[in-house]
Amino acid sequence: MNDATLKKEIVALLRRNARMPEKELADRLNSTVDKIAALIRELEKDRVIMGYAAIINQEAENGEVRAIIEVGVQPERDTGFDTIAERLGKFPEVHSVYLVSGHYDLRLEVVGQSMQDVASFVSSKLASQPGVKSTATYFLLKKYKEAGVQISKDEHYERLKIVP
Amino acid sequence: MSDSKLSPKQWVAPHIAGLPRSGIRDFFELVKTMDDVISLGIGEPDFVTPWHIREACIYAINHGYTSYTSNLGDPRLRKAICKYSAENFGLEYQPENECIVTVGVSEALDIVLRAVLSPGDEVLYHEPCYVSYAPSVRMTHAVPVPVLTRAENDFVLQVEDLEKAVTPRSKVLLLNYPNNPTGAGMTLADKQLMADFAIRHDLLVLSDEIYEELSYIPRTPSIASLPGMKERTVTLNGFSKAFAMTGFRIGYACGPDDLIEAMMKIHQYSMLCASSIAQAAAIEALQNGQGPREDMRREYEQRRNVIVKRLNEIGLPCFMPRGAFYVFPRISSTGLDSATFAKRLLQEKHVAVVPGTAFGSCGEGFVRCSYATSLEEIEIAMTRIQEFVSALS
Repeated sequence: MNDATLKKEIVALLRRNARMPEKELADRLNSTVDKIAALIRELEKDRVIMGYAAIINQEAENGEVRAIIEVGVQPERDTGFDTIAERLGKFPEVHSVYLVSGHYDLRLEVVGQSMQDVASFVSSKLASQPGVKSTATYFLLKKYKEAGVQISKDEHYERLKIVP
Repeated sequence: MSDSKLSPKQWVAPHIAGLPRSGIRDFFELVKTMDDVISLGIGEPDFVTPWHIREACIYAINHGYTSYTSNLGDPRLRKAICKYSAENFGLEYQPENECIVTVGVSEALDIVLRAVLSPGDEVLYHEPCYVSYAPSVRMTHAVPVPVLTRAENDFVLQVEDLEKAVTPRSKVLLLNYPNNPTGAGMTLADKQLMADFAIRHDLLVLSDEIYEELSYIPRTPSIASLPGMKERTVTLNGFSKAFAMTGFRIGYACGPDDLIEAMMKIHQYSMLCASSIAQAAAIEALQNGQGPREDMRREYEQRRNVIVKRLNEIGLPCFMPRGAFYVFPRISSTGLDSATFAKRLLQEKHVAVVPGTAFGSCGEGFVRCSYATSLEEIEIAMTRIQEFVSALS
């Protein structure tokens, strides 16, 4: 496997399990721990891998409130949506920012300690930003799937122990 | 006077009474009595059938697609199979008369053997092999002729050995590569040697390609696609392994129309047709299942890399399998025979592997480990096997 293919495989495996040990990666991909470690460092340096986060069941996140906010904005002459999107992304309350096609422009995911918290962020900080034309806030009520993982565990069917 | 003095009549036909019980079944009885067993003895995927395939089956039920299908199988499925075979295996078949949908490859094998064999005909096949081959041949009153394969050839069948076993009564050559239980696979050159041999001795080739999609070497065309082979080959395949659909029981056979017609006669009287709702699921698998199929293949390939490395480190040598989801390590250095090794490993370390002898007498000195189980469990099993082996020496 060449380095490019190896990197692709490493990324695919870390996406599934960011805590997978380098030894397991090496064994799975028929490579060595040193080689894998070097490639991961490169992936980090090139910002292909930007961090490692846990996938958390929302019920375990005490009192945290999340909302999706649709934002209509006025794009700027030279930079289009980039300047305002990056500016909005600097608020620590903002978990993610996407430019999307459709009826509005930016899709934000915002995290707060309470609904009040999120509401006041929207009214006092977000809506008053220059270039923001409109907002629509949707509080998330229940999470069913995150990062490819179903929250409720599938029923497990036990296979026969020995099969020819 | 008293009838009770006469011995009771033996109802079971002698050729069935003479069939040995599968070696795996005895072992299974033992495993059943234990809990916390980590099993490397499972010859089926650990993945649940991909959701889109299950959903297609539910849709079929909801919409009342619950009656018989054509004997040969739903025409849409046959069409999809022929298209898939052309694209994936280099095989061109007509869905109208060169393809039959069966209840798993097991039925396909059974009916093709019944369609072509007369009492006394001989079937050449390789050992180690899947447990049903010899019994299926015997049930037709034909004669199974095992040809041994060896670890030094990575368990690929050798023409020299075939030449020693072939007789004027030989009619069929039965092949299963990628192979259960050894993980052996055939290169194009290997297949060409088999094809030349079959043509030289005018044999029908039955090619059981159930593990073909789980290949870890570059894929080569099926033996039926080699020159002069299409008219003397029946290719058997199914959905159980590649699409994780064992319980759906859908297989198929492709071959010359006169053979498919003969197989259809047996199938229509014994089975009528395969399950309609399972056939609906199979159509979905062929049309949209390539992504999940490839994901599963890659996961098996990575587990294979891990398990082969560990077993060799432990001192149970095995070659890198070319396909399927089995490794076949040699355990003779432990001084135990296969059955004792497997039994003691189970009793002392609660790890189930299958003795090589379950797949033919030349499996003595080997055990079969399936890596169709999570890597986490494989790692635990390897640690336990290591402890078991070190305690022996």
